[in-house]
Amino acid sequence: MIIEAIYGAFGLMAGLDAKLLEIVCLSLQVSLSAVAIATALALPLGAAIAVSKFPGRQTLIVILNSLMGLPPVVVGLVVYLLLSRAGPLGQLGLLFTPSAMVIAQTILILPIIAALARQAVEDAWREYQEQLRSLGAGGWTAALTLVWDIRFSLLTAVLAGLGRACAEVGAVMIVGGNIDGVTRVMTTTIALETSKGDLPLALGLGVILVTLVLLLNAAAYTLKEAAQRRYG
Amino acid sequence: MGDEPMRAPASILPLRLVDVSFAVNGKVIVDRVSCAVEPGPRTIILGPNGAGKSVLMRLCHGLLAPTSGRVEWASPERPGERRRQAMVFQRPVMLRRSALANIVYALRVAGVPAGERDGQALAALEGVGLAPLADRAARVLSGGEQQRLALARAWALRPEVLFLDEPTANLDPGASAEVERIIQAIHAAGTKIVMTTHNLGQARRLGDEILFLNQGCLAERAAVDRFFNQPASAEAQAFIKGELPWT
Repeated sequence: MIIEAIYGAFGLMAGLDAKLLEIVCLSLQVSLSAVAIATALALPLGAAIAVSKFPGRQTLIVILNSLMGLPPVVVGLVVYLLLSRAGPLGQLGLLFTPSAMVIAQTILILPIIAALARQAVEDAWREYQEQLRSLGAGGWTAALTLVWDIRFSLLTAVLAGLGRACAEVGAVMIVGGNIDGVTRVMTTTIALETSKGDLPLALGLGVILVTLVLLLNAAAYTLKEAAQRRYG
Repeated sequence: MGDEPMRAPASILPLRLVDVSFAVNGKVIVDRVSCAVEPGPRTIILGPNGAGKSVLMRLCHGLLAPTSGRVEWASPERPGERRRQAMVFQRPVMLRRSALANIVYALRVAGVPAGERDGQALAALEGVGLAPLADRAARVLSGGEQQRLALARAWALRPEVLFLDEPTANLDPGASAEVERIIQAIHAAGTKIVMTTHNLGQARRLGDEILFLNQGCLAERAAVDRFFNQPASAEAQAFIKGELPWT
């Protein structure tokens, strides 16, 4: 049966099965949207925490670091409660739409990107601070210099978020509802088809998903290595 | 690396320290230091590790604010204006770009017009013998090369005062000698040199006057010859005696 399933999986992939393509596209659309929003919020947040001093800063950093391991199902549950008809945001009617999935994944990966960015910016700031001030670069000039100089570390943080978003199933399952043709993504399809016994589709998606995550990580690693060699 | 005729009108020197103290969490690092730093002679801030040399220099350069007392320049800098003092640190901090681009960056921050930056940066690199490495990534250069690049970056800014914080502490003798040669050249071109060191040989070679710092206090100030031949303070005598075998 497994052999059959593998054959079937490659058949689906090779034939660019329309249904399969649709699922893959929605997955990417949801996760990339979440990454874009989370990045826009998390990088400034991480950088701000890195360079500022305020009471409770260390507590905030510990919390942020812990949130990196936020269980997707819990995020899904919370977003579900917020968006459900009786919830505070129920009137928006977002539950069981791709928008709800984007919201859930954004919440899930925002702490990851923010925490990694915070670390990168803080390390760099400690190193550069005096030199930049000595040269007379203050405020925005210094901030932009810093961010540009560690852009590869920040990109790694963003890719870590993307990997997490693509691979999680709990949050999108709960808030998306896994509705065929509307909110069905790779991970939820795999869960569903496996329980139904349709192994070729599940396996095909599994292969695509793993390949995608692998490629992302390989890209991140290669980029970082190349930058290290090129710029030190 | 010729002398630029452009100089801002009024000199920022002398620099006056009035009862300058600096403490962290109640621990006094610089203790009521008062002195004037005049243009001309190369000033060496000498003292054992932990005497507060680096902190004193950062107070002068404006990287730290004194806990009490005043740091007064003859013509104070205004925020947003081009700095007329520069500093070279013990460990050079280079941006992730080429050697040339690092100097160009400093010139850009200083407000040098875009068309003149490359030429000035290259001239500065030539002055420290790094022109062949202009396109290399700054951070992959050796420690000695990075320190020379840091000197070129500071020199390109044509500062009136150049602070150097133990610039050779991490370098081998060959690289140290090269750095000392560059410092002499910068001095000869008319920039006031203020340098910290705990190396007595270097203080003798590079210094005209010594500010001897011990446990945060300015224990003695004297011309180099006087300081080494007839140190007035007991602390300086002990330091010279203790240090000499290793210089």
